[in-house]
Amino acid sequence: MAEVLLQLNGISKSFPGVKANENISFEINSGEIHALLGENGAGKSTLVKMIYGLMQPDSGNMKLVSENFRPSEPSKARQSGIAMVFQHFSLFDALNVAENIALGMENPPKINDLSQKIETVSKSYGLPLDPKRLVGQLSAGERQRVEIIRCLLQNPKLLIMDEPTSVLTPNEVTTLFETLLRLKKEGKSILYISHKLEEIREICDFATILRNGEKVGSCTPKNTSAKKIGEMMVGKSFSSPSRKNRTFGEELIKVSNLSVHSKDFFGTSLSNINFSVRVGEILGIGGVAGNGQDEFLGALSGETKTSPKTITLLDRHIGHLRPNQRRELGLRAAPEERLGHAAAPAMSLVENTLMTSHSKDVIDKWGIINFKNISTKTSRIVSEFDVRTPTLDNTAASLSGGNLQKFVIGREILEKPKVFVVNQPTWGVDAAAAAFIRQSILNLASQKSAVIVISQDLDELFEICDTFAVLTNGYMSRIYELGHLSSEDVGLLMGGSDLDLDSHAQT
Amino acid sequence: MFGLLLDEFASAFSAIKLIFWDPLFDESFASYARPQLLVKAGPIILIAVGLSIGFKAGIWNIGAEGQYILGAIFGASVALSFYPQESIFIFPAMVLAGALGGFIWGLIPALLKVYFKTNEILVSLMLVYVAENILASVSQGLLRNPDGMGFPGSRNFKDYPSAFNEEIITNSGMHWGVITAFISVILAYFLFLKHQKGYEIRISGEAPKAAYFAGINPSKTIIFCLGTSGLLAGMAGLFEVAGPAGQITISFNSGYGFTAIIVAFLGRLNPIGILLAGLLMALTYIGGEIAQLMLGLPGASIQLLQGMLLFFLLATDIFTNYRLKFRSL
Repeated sequence: MAEVLLQLNGISKSFPGVKANENISFEINSGEIHALLGENGAGKSTLVKMIYGLMQPDSGNMKLVSENFRPSEPSKARQSGIAMVFQHFSLFDALNVAENIALGMENPPKINDLSQKIETVSKSYGLPLDPKRLVGQLSAGERQRVEIIRCLLQNPKLLIMDEPTSVLTPNEVTTLFETLLRLKKEGKSILYISHKLEEIREICDFATILRNGEKVGSCTPKNTSAKKIGEMMVGKSFSSPSRKNRTFGEELIKVSNLSVHSKDFFGTSLSNINFSVRVGEILGIGGVAGNGQDEFLGALSGETKTSPKTITLLDRHIGHLRPNQRRELGLRAAPEERLGHAAAPAMSLVENTLMTSHSKDVIDKWGIINFKNISTKTSRIVSEFDVRTPTLDNTAASLSGGNLQKFVIGREILEKPKVFVVNQPTWGVDAAAAAFIRQSILNLASQKSAVIVISQDLDELFEICDTFAVLTNGYMSRIYELGHLSSEDVGLLMGGSDLDLDSHAQT
Repeated sequence: MFGLLLDEFASAFSAIKLIFWDPLFDESFASYARPQLLVKAGPIILIAVGLSIGFKAGIWNIGAEGQYILGAIFGASVALSFYPQESIFIFPAMVLAGALGGFIWGLIPALLKVYFKTNEILVSLMLVYVAENILASVSQGLLRNPDGMGFPGSRNFKDYPSAFNEEIITNSGMHWGVITAFISVILAYFLFLKHQKGYEIRISGEAPKAAYFAGINPSKTIIFCLGTSGLLAGMAGLFEVAGPAGQITISFNSGYGFTAIIVAFLGRLNPIGILLAGLLMALTYIGGEIAQLMLGLPGASIQLLQGMLLFFLLATDIFTNYRLKFRSL
């Protein structure tokens, strides 16, 4: 019988207006891969932040190897043998691997000694990594290795991993799982946070399921059906998005020979991209972030200008037009980064609505802003897209991620664009809001618009898209009818190989 | 011992009274000092309003002093080339020329930034020294008073009625420069309250990437901001040289271009705030002069006060947003 490593007793944590965790108890044994399952917003992150010392529980207690455990800050948790790999990496692009790791250490050894240590550890766990390489040149999977090795160097008893596979290709996932199993064999415990059921059934020994901040159940994933676990996770079923007609009309937007040299030193340049989207069609662009998605959106939104003929919108060449000119013609975009790109953090919602509104009723020919009309517009976004905010004068930064995302999407969709391009529409958004956003994208498509959805979430693309392509290292695959693709096919595409499925290809 | 401390307090208090109160309310100083308040505040406010427009967009024009000097030289040159003809068009022409001079001097860092990505802080600052050398050169050469017996400095505009920037109301200190400063405050207020350009400037400073996404052209914003602040500083220089200073001399400029930076921040980049901060800063100038006279305080001590004002203000900003934390070892 394995001994108990970490024990949680009645942990509760509240934020103003929300109970993030309520009375949560469970145990993690040594040498166990323990899954923490739940939808976005179920309280997983809050819970692990308390274990890692980033927050303290309001009530309840934790025991680490039967000693009371209440870390006041992450360094205390690390001293007790707890390490964490975050979903978003905290690495500096311009430094090399060893330097990045040294930065996160309390008392870093000499860089040469450290490099050697990194090599030893990385080899012994099957995670090859060159300590001298710049982090900016690494793929997402390799960056994650840097974070994992940073943790392993502390020789932890418990490793917390927050959604580790969300940025990985299927092959990288396999490598990661091998490493996790090796760690398990050494008697280390892993707390594995995810909402992907299949993964959890594959490698986890035990699962604790959270919903709305409460523990709703636990199970042995291998012996429980995915459907059963899913039901526990979601509780009430969200109406999954649906649309009425799926008939495609004329070609709305055509991109030919689009090549963009990335201005960002660590960005990905686009090479010779060709595709078109028709009326009523939703094109999904899959692929791991950092493969040219931002550059792709920038080229379509008009932030990056190209030669006129690269992009054709309804027989008009628009490659040379600025974002506001393209908006007037009916091409609108919603970038991934909500704060600072899609919205100005310190400005009010009204002022943020103004960002992408250029019509005559909002700004007259003398450049005078009509704040009454722009407020009306804003309140329409807020009410139709269920943006929860005390007033329209609240700043964008004061909204939660999901609410701001609804605002950003609503702002564009209510203008009824002919073509709408969106990058990561539901990143970090709770399940209800995500379903709502997906539904509104589907509604837009059925109102004779074309939509391009860029997403890392394959489930999302499978749910709402008609056609599908993958962006890998700046190259775009051919476009496939989504109905004909299996997840293995998608994995192959993400690996950069084109499929031999001529019969499915869109011409 | 205690008595000594009390003495110190009393003398500190009387110095503060002398600097901040007496210039306005003490009968022996007020008649001279009150008009000086507007004379000094006018150019500072005019320059600071221009600077604040750029600062809001995150464009740091540190070289208003140079634009001020160039405005004065341009304006004065126009007047001196018409001397001794009299016409009501001469003064407006000087104002336009002054504005143009400052505008051009502000445009240099703008265009260098747009086309060569240079840093506008450095370029605009270095152009101050260039401007100072041009000023020294023209006051000894090109614009030197031919009847001045070889002394450096131009003709005095007090002796040239068409070009002189006279007080509009006698003994008020109110001249055309002060009126222009007030108008600039109102226009800037309106710009940021209601106008698209003001919105574009704010969002460019707030979130440059979002501004670009909104379709705002960063180059145009840079040119507008540096051009406008140069233009206003140039006008301030012209009004000063044609009025209170009276003539182009090697050192007619008195650092208003730098003081205006403090005023812009002290006024929280808000036009109304700048109006009040400009008046306060003018008061410290006058009070400083009186303190120099009456208490024998060194002239630098008032600059020290002005510098500390900015220092503590910036510290306030830091501490409202960040908390000091000592790392436990």
